[in-house]
This record gives sequence, C-alpha cells and structure tokens, in this order.
Amino acid sequence: MKFLSEFRNPELVKQLLTEIHKATTQPWTIMEICGGQTHSLVKNGLLEMLPKHITMVHGPGCPVCVTPIGIIDEAIELASRPNVILCSFGDMLRVPGSNKSLLEAKASGADVRILYSPLEAVKLAAENPEKEVVFFAVGFETTAPANALSVVHAEKAGVNNYSILASHVLVPPAMEAILGDPDNLIDAFLAAGHVCTIMGIDEYYPIAEKYQTPIVVTGFEPVDLLQGILMAVQQLEQGRNEVENQYVRSVQREGNRLAQQTIREVFDISDRSWRGIGQIPQSGYEVKPKYRQYNARVKFALANTKVDGNNECMSGEIMKGLKKPHQCPHFGKRCTPEHPLGAPMVSSEGACAAYYHYQLAGLAEETTA
Amino acid sequence: MINLECPIPKFDFDVITLGHGSGGLLTHRLLQSGVFSLFSNPLLDLQHDGATLTLEGRIAVSTDSFVVSPLFFPGGNIGDLAVNGTVNDLAMCGARAKHLTLGFIIEEGLPITQLWDIMVSIRQAAHTAGVQIISGDTKVVEKGKGDGIFINTTGMGPVHPNANISHQRIQTGDKLIISGPIAAHGIAIMSLRKGLEFETTITSDTQPLCFMAEGLIENFGASVRFMRDPTRGGVASVLNEVAELTKHGFVLSQTALPIHEQVEGACEMLGLDPLYVANEGIMLAVVAPEIAEACVALLHNQYACPHAAIIGEVTTEHPGKVTIKSRIGGRRVVNFLPGEQLPRIC
Repeated sequence: MKFLSEFRNPELVKQLLTEIHKATTQPWTIMEICGGQTHSLVKNGLLEMLPKHITMVHGPGCPVCVTPIGIIDEAIELASRPNVILCSFGDMLRVPGSNKSLLEAKASGADVRILYSPLEAVKLAAENPEKEVVFFAVGFETTAPANALSVVHAEKAGVNNYSILASHVLVPPAMEAILGDPDNLIDAFLAAGHVCTIMGIDEYYPIAEKYQTPIVVTGFEPVDLLQGILMAVQQLEQGRNEVENQYVRSVQREGNRLAQQTIREVFDISDRSWRGIGQIPQSGYEVKPKYRQYNARVKFALANTKVDGNNECMSGEIMKGLKKPHQCPHFGKRCTPEHPLGAPMVSSEGACAAYYHYQLAGLAEETTA
Repeated sequence: MINLECPIPKFDFDVITLGHGSGGLLTHRLLQSGVFSLFSNPLLDLQHDGATLTLEGRIAVSTDSFVVSPLFFPGGNIGDLAVNGTVNDLAMCGARAKHLTLGFIIEEGLPITQLWDIMVSIRQAAHTAGVQIISGDTKVVEKGKGDGIFINTTGMGPVHPNANISHQRIQTGDKLIISGPIAAHGIAIMSLRKGLEFETTITSDTQPLCFMAEGLIENFGASVRFMRDPTRGGVASVLNEVAELTKHGFVLSQTALPIHEQVEGACEMLGLDPLYVANEGIMLAVVAPEIAEACVALLHNQYACPHAAIIGEVTTEHPGKVTIKSRIGGRRVVNFLPGEQLPRIC
C-alpha cells in the first residue's frame, strides 16, 4: 500500500534497530503520547525488539481513556431520552459509565449510532427534524476541527436540532502535568504526529525548554516510531533538549491554519477533568457562548455531575507512565476488555487493552529465554 | 443448465403484509406463484408438511440463521449467503450438502421485488452447489420487529468416506492453509453501512466451498485434519477457538496472509484488524506438513484459488494461544475479540 508499506519495510526497521542499539549507552525512559503510537508499538512487536535500556511508557493520548465517567453518564442519559439520537465514534460505546455503557444503553432501546464523521450527524439531523441529534464530540486536537466544522455547517444550513456533547482535551497541558509531577520518570517524549499535523509544533518549544526534555514529533508506522525513538535517544545521549520533527511528511511547523481557525471559531479553551489524572487547567475545549444552541450541555441543561472513577483502577499511574499495565494486580484477571475496571482496558488504543490484546504475559521473556 | 432468467410473476401485491404469513389465501398465492415454481423438485412438489428422505451411511447436518444488513451488498445478497453458509458448514465437516430446508421470517413491508430477487439468488446458489430445497416455512412479523428478512437454512448430506475431520487430530508441525484473500465480505458489507459509506469495488467473497473441500479430501484423505470457514469473527476467532480446544499453539505469518490491497486499505482507514473481519467464501484447513504444498497447488490449479497459501503452523510454543509474526519480525498475540469490533476514533 502506497505511503504505508514503505514505512513497514523490514529492512529499514532492521537498520534503525541496529542504530538505536548502537546509540544507546545508558537507560532512558521515553513516553509516546498517543494511543495510536502505543497500539502500533505493541501490535508490531516493537517493544521486544528495542534495547533493554530503553523503557517505553504509554502516555495519556487515548481520548476514550481520559473521558471522565460523568460525561459518559451524560451521554447515556441523553441517549436514553425518547426524542434523542446520540451519535458517537465507535470505541466510545463500550466504555463503562457509573452504571452501564452506551452499548448496554443501546441494547435497552436507546438510539445510539456509530458514525465516522460528525458531518454525517448533521445530515442525520436534517433528515430527522422531529428528533434531537447529539454528537458525542470526543477527542484531542485531531478531531476538534471536524467537530467544530459540524457546528458551523449546522448553523449555515439552519439545522437547529443538532448539538454536540463536547469532551475535548489538549495534549500540551497534559505533557506539562506529567513533567510537573514530582514522581515524573520521563526523559523524552514522542509527540503525537496527528495532533501536530493540526496544531503545528510551536507549542512544544517552551515545554522542551522549561523542563529540559527532548520532544520528537513522531508518526505511527514502525519506521516512524523507530526513527522517532532514535532521534530521542541521540538527543538524550548528546545532552540536547530540542523539538524535532520526524513526521515531516505530515507535520508542518505552523500546522493546518484553516483547521485551527475553525477550532477557534467554535471553541474556547477551558479547564478539563481527565479520567484517571484529574483536573488539568486550560486543557480542553468548550463550545463558545456564541454557539450555545449547539452545545448539548446548555440545550439539555445537563447538571455536569462529577463521578469519581473506580479506585481499583490505577489508570492514572499507567497514563502518567508510573506503572506498566501488567503491574496492576487486576490486569487480565478481574479487569479484561469484556469486564473493564477502568478506561485504558476499553479502547483499543488504551495501554492496558493493547497489552491484553497483543502481548502474552511473559511472551518477551519466553522468546528471549 | 437451468434458465436463470426468472422474470417476476404477476403478484397482486407490492409488499409483504401480515396476511402472507397467515396461512390463508395470501400465503397460498405467495407459495404457488413464488416458492414452489422457483424451487420445484420432486420432494418439494409433494407440498406436504415435511419431506421424507431415505438416508444411508454417515450424514452431516447443520443449521444456520442469516440476519445480514443490508440485505443486498456488492457480490451477493442474503439469499446467496443463506445457501452458501450452510453448504459450507457441511463442507467443513467433509460432507456434501444434498438437501436444504428454508425458513423465512419476513418483516411486514418488504417489497415483493426484493423477496423475489432473494429467492432467485437462492435458486441460483442452490443450483451451483448442487443442493435441493426440500422443505420450507414462511412467517411474517409486524413492521419494526425484523430487519427486512431473516433466513434460516438447515442442510444435510453424506460425509465423504475418506473424511476424518476433527480438531482432535491436529498435531504439532501441521500447516495452516487458507484458500483465498481474507476480510472481503465484512468490508463489502461495511462499505454500505449508514454513516460509513465509501466507494469501493470490493465485493463479498460468498461462494460454495464444497467442491474444493471435497477435492482436498478426495486427494489427501485423512491427512486433511481439520477445516473451518472463518465467517463472523474472521480467521482470528476460528483459530482461537481451535487453539483453546486443542491446547496447541498456532503461529501465523503476516507476510503470508493473502489480502486484497483495497481491503487492507479499507481496514486501515476504518481502524479494523482484517484478521477479525468476516469471510463467506474462504476455507481454513489444517493439514499434515508433507501434503501442505500439494494442497495449495491443488487449490491454485483445480479450484481457481490463485491466492491460496500456507499461512502458518501448529507449534508447541504458547499452547492454547494464537500468535502472529509481524511483517517486520516482531511477534504478538492474536486474542479473542471482546464483542463487536468497533471503529476507532483516530
């Protein structure tokens, strides 16, 4: 496949691995921010191929995992209203709220639809004028432009029975929260390539400077990830703390200006609560008062209830990189994708689910033994 | 060759109504001008409550229900699936389907033209597979209580004398063979789903597997240890079931797995793993290592399966688990799927 197979080339992978092994002289801990990167590392078996000195920790960049229970409860509550069609990206459906998931709500009769694009939801609203269509607008900076655009489109087309339940989170404040944690172990970051495709990379220079931490903007295929790791290791070994861009085929320094403009048109930056991490100031998007009639929270007068997560789940420690999924006593036992105790076990991008799906407990040890 | 041009007969109704399932005059008309004329054979023509058969030797029986949405998709419709699905289940037991029962549960409001197209496909598929429809049933449920039409088929037929198909016969060192490219059916269906529509020329792989299965058994007998058609849940689910039952380890090679580029691209775009996507016309066989190459050659040359390949083997490593060697040499586990495969956010 063009633009994919080149970045899965076994020869290049071998070459990069040799270079990483050569470059690494001491232990380094590197965090990949994005769940897509975690997924790819585990799915391709890359973790076992890296030098023992390199520890990859899996960051909070899984939007499904960090969506607070209270917001999932709100979505379920909305979906259960008789006149509401709730539309969502697929992997939000299995995430447990306080009592049930959207998938269970759907089984009990709620009208929940899986869509790939919020613009489809606007179309659905236009086709069903007697219904209220709500799009569950979850995600990082990557999904924000499309969600914002759906609001702009709805307004232009005069579709008034459409609104979004926004739960948008932002990457740079989360990185600062991790780096500012006194227990922080992270020596370098692989920044999320697709977030930077939208937002550009300027936000990362002050972070690299303030926390003296290398940041390499990295893609998602095996060759991307290994090249990103190599660039990070080279910086660490040479004592540099710079922002570098591995994912040049997608990321430009200024990002996608049009997308940023659309985000700014519809959203304000606001404080956000992250599941497993807690409140992070100025770390999310909320719909601007100007577009309040498209804000499901305002339209349906939702009470914004706060619900604490399951305290048996150590998702916070996992998403901050303090613990590995299999170090949790419940991993694969009481907590499985069928019966998750917490969010990282639910989404295919969650670190726990990635480990559960793709790694045998001890596969690495067995293979190398 | 039968005449497969079947112009729709004159029905005095456009849609199926509750009356068509009442057993009264409407049912009678639907059966007389539709079902009986289309599927005519000596056993069905008796129009009795059931068919009487004289059976000898080992017989395999299998039943399956079909609830696909949308009813019509690139490469087929629910009618083809309903015939091929049961024919294939029997083929995987080493049996050749001879007789099929056919049960319709129709939702009120189904256009008669759609029902007719489905029935014509059933006739075509039955003809291709060499199977007779010998008994049937039609029920109609109220609007909103069904999804257009549900079909159940039960098939039966004699087991090949040389067949000895069982997961208990799988041994370490056996090879895994697949007859064609994976994931085409699931992606063809997905391309039409509301909200996910995308343009593609991908078609469902629905087809009868009885001929190639019989060919393998005819030529290699008991060295063909096990066969399954990896329908819903895909290749990964079938192998996990077998791994769990047999306590053997199964290792796949990603480079050997045949998949059409378009299907692979669609899976990338939708965030789906093709190993879990449904197939309706490919066969997974576990065979003795010494015949593996010959099996693939037979599938290539005699059964028009140019993509048939050895995709892995049975090992003592990781007993009860399925693992895959990635293209770049890493290894990972291929687990059971915890429910429906859900598209990812980004």
